[in-house]
Amino acid sequence: MTKRTGNTGSGAVLTWLCGGALALNLVLVAGLMAVLLVHGAGYFWQKPLVQVETRDGSVHLGEPAGDEPVPGPDGSIATSTGRRIRLKVGNRDVTGRDFVWIDESDIVRRERPVDAWQLERLEWGNFYGFLHAIRRGDEVVAAGREQVGGILPRMIEQKERERREAERLERGPIADVNWALERLRIERRGLERRLETDPAVAGRLAALERERERLEREFSVLAGQLHAMRRTLDRELLVVETADGIRHEFPVSHVVRAIPVNRLGLAGRVGLYASRIGEFLTAEPRESNTEGGIFPAIFGTVMMVFIMTFAVTPFGVVAAVYLREYAGQGWLTRTIRIAVNNLAGVPSIVFGVFGLGFFVYLVGGTIDQLFFSDALPTPTFGTGGILWGALTLALLTVPVVIVATEEGLAAVPRVVREGSLALGATRFETTWRVVVPAAAPGILTGMILAMARAAGEVAPLMIVGMVKLAPALPVDGHFPFVHLERKFMHLGFHIYDVGFQSPNVEATKPLVFATALLLIAVVTAMNVVAIVIRSHLRRKYAGSAV
Amino acid sequence: MTSSDSTRIPEPPERLPDVAPSPAGTDPALDPGITDPILSVRGLSLHYGTKQALHDISLDIPRNRITAFIGPSGCGKSTFLRCFNRLNDLLDDVRISGEILFDGQSVFSPDIEINALRKRIGMVFQKSNPFPKSVYENVAYGPRVHGVRSKRVLDEIVERSLRAAALWDEVKDRLGDSALSLSGGQQQRLCIARAIAVEPEVVLLDEPCSALDPLATARIEELMKDLKESYTLVIVTHSMQQASRVADYTAFLYLGRLFEYGLSEQVFIKPRKKETEDYITGRFG
Repeated sequence: MTKRTGNTGSGAVLTWLCGGALALNLVLVAGLMAVLLVHGAGYFWQKPLVQVETRDGSVHLGEPAGDEPVPGPDGSIATSTGRRIRLKVGNRDVTGRDFVWIDESDIVRRERPVDAWQLERLEWGNFYGFLHAIRRGDEVVAAGREQVGGILPRMIEQKERERREAERLERGPIADVNWALERLRIERRGLERRLETDPAVAGRLAALERERERLEREFSVLAGQLHAMRRTLDRELLVVETADGIRHEFPVSHVVRAIPVNRLGLAGRVGLYASRIGEFLTAEPRESNTEGGIFPAIFGTVMMVFIMTFAVTPFGVVAAVYLREYAGQGWLTRTIRIAVNNLAGVPSIVFGVFGLGFFVYLVGGTIDQLFFSDALPTPTFGTGGILWGALTLALLTVPVVIVATEEGLAAVPRVVREGSLALGATRFETTWRVVVPAAAPGILTGMILAMARAAGEVAPLMIVGMVKLAPALPVDGHFPFVHLERKFMHLGFHIYDVGFQSPNVEATKPLVFATALLLIAVVTAMNVVAIVIRSHLRRKYAGSAV
Repeated sequence: MTSSDSTRIPEPPERLPDVAPSPAGTDPALDPGITDPILSVRGLSLHYGTKQALHDISLDIPRNRITAFIGPSGCGKSTFLRCFNRLNDLLDDVRISGEILFDGQSVFSPDIEINALRKRIGMVFQKSNPFPKSVYENVAYGPRVHGVRSKRVLDEIVERSLRAAALWDEVKDRLGDSALSLSGGQQQRLCIARAIAVEPEVVLLDEPCSALDPLATARIEELMKDLKESYTLVIVTHSMQQASRVADYTAFLYLGRLFEYGLSEQVFIKPRKKETEDYITGRFG
């Protein structure tokens, strides 16, 4: 009895140790998620605007953005004498800075002015202040805080419609004409090269020239339309006043959103919150990624991961099937297996360099020589693009798929293989029609791990096609609709860019959290889909007796 | 008698030298006088590496009858069974000498197409091994690999095979369900249906009931008696009751040798060899 107690005693210690390690892991993960959630999701919540008057007579209006103890004379917190608050005051085009620190002890008056507005703009970030007038040329359309506040929201909506119309023109007909002109230019260059040997192409060249002139004319008409639209768009000027009385003006069309913050009720704030999250998810970035949404980055990440999955899964599965089902299990196979496993440990940047050399320069360069020679020296596939990024990551993750697939194959019982062979099926039929389908859950596990790894990988992509700001999505309305040679944006790189390469790091810090949260959400969503498919497969084949 | 054999089964039989090398026909204990056999085994020996598992076995398997191989565990009866459809080919290090004639043609002949042979000699395994597919796909798998494409023909084959395996009424409404959701007995009958879906001439059954409860066992034994109208059945079992219930002929194997072969009634009621008697009366095994 004593002996038994002793045994359970030491067992309990070990259990506690293991449980403790697990608990620590869980706490770390939960803490990480909590930090991301609080900072990332909190970014979209509108705080009230505070106007502060200090002892030296200056007035600041802005959104509170945290507080901290004032460092003492020796610069340490320990000798601190009070606290100071940080205010996001915006108005970068007026004051040149986004944030101010104000010592609590200097504050003589603090209020929440009801007619203070927050204007989110296309340029220069937020404006915090008071409305003064709206002018159209020399004509004053509205004057005074009340009147301007009354018509401003409607006017912004109107301008938003006008801007969208201009954008439609720009991305629709104008882009189409540009596209056609570019194709024409490439075709003409090719024909010109052939002209020396084949005079018959002269007629075609003349036709191209006529077509080009027609397109140019069309283009100038469209450009004129666009120009007129832009003039109308920027006709109304908004005159505003900062908290310390400086007058300032900019076109109404630059304002994306105007919010009388301190008049908002809870419902208004919730609505604002939702609309900001919507913008974040669906809009394109502006102001060098510090404002607007991150849709192109979400799109690029998801599309790149999908292409990678379609490349890596068949490749990895076929390799694993050969290793497990066909290859003799001798020292060579063992060596290859070890090599494949070690491949997973190679630093990812090395894969990036390999991708650049092999995919971009060698494969892409060859494709350009063979199929896009008319466009040279402008590279088509011979430069980084979403396809090369996806294939580089496919190489990076292929060991994961091979290992998981091999495990899945090994778990298929021998009697099942023999059952198929005993029916007169060949080894090939047995492998592909019985063994591989039975290993499908294992294969999907490999796929899930590969997707998770690929979605978070940034370093190799920086060399093979990822950019800070892609001019166009890899999918659009121009034939062939999917443009695998295009450069793309990626959430991982976006985090790095916004967090560390931005001109206004302090203002974009919350954006880093929000983007990180979104990256995790995207990876989780893709994994959940794969896991659901896998558990569906498992359920389908569950209940194996004995 | 090699040393490795003696490590497996401790007690060597006393009368070993008399019976071992005899070809069929010379010893009445080994020759029930079968005319027109479907399978004839002549002098079959099998080595795993240096270990000899089967010693010079000769016997005839009668057409449209049930023949049972009995014997203690490790006597080589499953190994022997797997020689008929050459399933031992899958293992490395196996050497076989001697001959098995299937309708007069050697199954070891290089001319024989192994997949065609296995289509003609089907097999049901000890552990039921349905594929992780639907009930329908399990049965249709064999005909499919042998080139049946027509959905109508496949439907017919599936229904006929499941009816023949006495499973149709239980699964006709759930043909699309996973085969692994069936009970153990149903799975084994599904494996029988799968085996007969390719219309074999011989069905080898390797302890088909060892994982089943008595009720499921009784159903399968019933089924085997029905099936012998159309097929030749060879069953390996270590249940002597089962052999005596279903088999027309019974062969007793011990230590890789054939000790006695004859009509089941004769083998079980009046065995000619002392070892057979010792085994069936439960003195060892």
